[in-house]
Amino acid sequence: MFYREAGDFKTTYREDMQTFPIRLDRRAYWMIVVLAFVVAPFVVNDYWTNAVLLPFLVWATAALGLNLLTGYCGQVSLGTGGFMAVGAFAAYKLMTAFPGMNIFFVVLLAGVVTAVVGLLFGLPSLRIKGFYLAVATLAAQFFFVWLFNKMPWFYNYSASGQITAPERTIFGILVTGPSAAPAAKYLFTLTILFGLAWLARNLTRGRTGRSWMAIRDMDIAAEIIGVNPLRAKLSAFAVSSFFIGVAGALFFTVYLGSAEVTEAFGIDKSFLVLFMIIIGGLGSILGSFLGAALLVLLPVFLKNVMVDILGWETYIAAHLELMIVGGLIIFFLIYEPHGLAQLWRLAKEKLRLWPFPY
Amino acid sequence: MPEQFYFALEVALNGLLTGVMYSLVALGFVLIYKSSEIFNYAQGVMALFAALTLVGLQTGQVPFAELINAIFGTHLSHFGWQLPPLVAIVLTAAVMVLFAFLVERLILRHLVGQEPIILFMATIGLAYFLEGFGDLMWGSEIKKLDIGLPQGISETVESLTGKWFGYGLFIDKLDIAAAVVAGILVTVLTLFSQYTKQGRALRAVADDHQAALSVGISLRFIWVLVWSIAGFIALVAGVMWGAKSGVQFSLSLIALKALPVLMLGGFTSIPGAIVGGLIIGVGEKLFEFWVGPLIGGATENWFAYVLALIFLVFRPQGLFGEKIIERV
Repeated sequence: MFYREAGDFKTTYREDMQTFPIRLDRRAYWMIVVLAFVVAPFVVNDYWTNAVLLPFLVWATAALGLNLLTGYCGQVSLGTGGFMAVGAFAAYKLMTAFPGMNIFFVVLLAGVVTAVVGLLFGLPSLRIKGFYLAVATLAAQFFFVWLFNKMPWFYNYSASGQITAPERTIFGILVTGPSAAPAAKYLFTLTILFGLAWLARNLTRGRTGRSWMAIRDMDIAAEIIGVNPLRAKLSAFAVSSFFIGVAGALFFTVYLGSAEVTEAFGIDKSFLVLFMIIIGGLGSILGSFLGAALLVLLPVFLKNVMVDILGWETYIAAHLELMIVGGLIIFFLIYEPHGLAQLWRLAKEKLRLWPFPY
Repeated sequence: MPEQFYFALEVALNGLLTGVMYSLVALGFVLIYKSSEIFNYAQGVMALFAALTLVGLQTGQVPFAELINAIFGTHLSHFGWQLPPLVAIVLTAAVMVLFAFLVERLILRHLVGQEPIILFMATIGLAYFLEGFGDLMWGSEIKKLDIGLPQGISETVESLTGKWFGYGLFIDKLDIAAAVVAGILVTVLTLFSQYTKQGRALRAVADDHQAALSVGISLRFIWVLVWSIAGFIALVAGVMWGAKSGVQFSLSLIALKALPVLMLGGFTSIPGAIVGGLIIGVGEKLFEFWVGPLIGGATENWFAYVLALIFLVFRPQGLFGEKIIERV
């Protein structure tokens, strides 16, 4: 009844093309932004910030990056974990080599380093596609995990092979290291994610994003109508790797604090992010967030129910979680291949006609 | 002859035999891919599941014991019987056929006509599900698989080569057994697909789905058949790997190793799977032997992928794959 575009007159082209053309959507969006930035840091307790909100923000960043590559440009990548490792180790080397550098720029530069690496591993995409490419990106995954494990230079010759983030501040407030307040970490991560999501949205509705989508839908046809596949594919790899590198840097510096490469950035992380975008919705910004939210919340929820309430062993819960995630993937692929984002879209369509559908 | 040469030869031979193991897994992939254009990521987990089921049945474990114990507070673990290996193998094969039937019924039937990449992701989901299911059913601890396969270093080979070259080569008996089994398997598969009615139908489906449908071949039956065969190959691969290194989660990771094998050999070629497996097996062992010590070792983790990646840039369809023709 209230969810209508009627009466919301657009007088400029700009208004017509805005991201949320319906007034209620716009209001809801700004309300969520205000809630996330102003209310949440003061209301949510430290356990929830650390266990749910922070991982959600980090994984949403990674999912956003992979969605640009897989959902928008159609290039399946199984190397997400490896690229996150590149971001994390780039951040670590930058932090230890230039102690005076602001953490914000460290994270962004780590993203840039990952983008360059991603560009390199995107080169084969010009020759091979589909599964072949998916398997080729596995090379990145295994190679980087091995590299960061075996080359002591990357972890500054520490005896344990672990990397630990030193303490860094923004405006005098600690955001990394064990004594940083969860709320500060949360706000720092949220700010970066907010900026990146804005960037992703605007990239995908502009020329770059359209060339990606043309390549995804049919690369040969796209080439014929004048999309340069070299530029489109490589830019997708670079931008996506930038996002994933930033996610890796945040994952290590802000969320984990210290990391061991095989454990933190293994192949399971690559699949986790891929699952997020499948469940959330391929080719949808909102979908990246929804998928990340579901797959971060699900284990917490299952653990709470099975281990804490029912009192089962942890490993039974872990096995069941695998089954449920796998089952969910198949379920979504069969019944809603466009994911949670599509469900949301359908709900909105229904809502616009409610209470008088024809 | 210098000692070093024989040592390299031994490494290469061992690599060759490891390659046979890779080929075994890759074979299952190729069969499914040829008949349904599904890239079955779950093949490795199927091997793990088959091996788990085999051990579980053989030692008389109670399925889902941990879950039942957790819910009802009981202390079940074993029925207390031991099945002879052959009976256990037949029963496991039956389980794999049932699995193939369920996969067709519950997943493939609903995904007909979807894009290949969607099907690929569905099999990743299947792999996760099956991994959790297998662990829940039989427990996730490392199990010993013993069905009476020969174990240890073969003294015959060592003494023979010692007599001929003055240097005894160390070859694992189990590896030789695996090579023999793989040889038999490939021969049987070839005979099956060339000389039986079902095999001919299988090749027809691989050639052209619609044409096969229009001459009255049931696609669904063929899919169940192919997944059953793939399940059986998974069982063989699972038994071999399980006997070599114990039945544990890392078994499913060999499936990932089979991917570069396929890329090298081409997704659609059975000889390609064999040759690709051998190249990767020998390549990674020799690389580890010569270059590994210089750069820190454990290069086996990534060598196969990088080799396949470089190779693909020059020949995108693999060694024996069909030429990729694209039309708008």
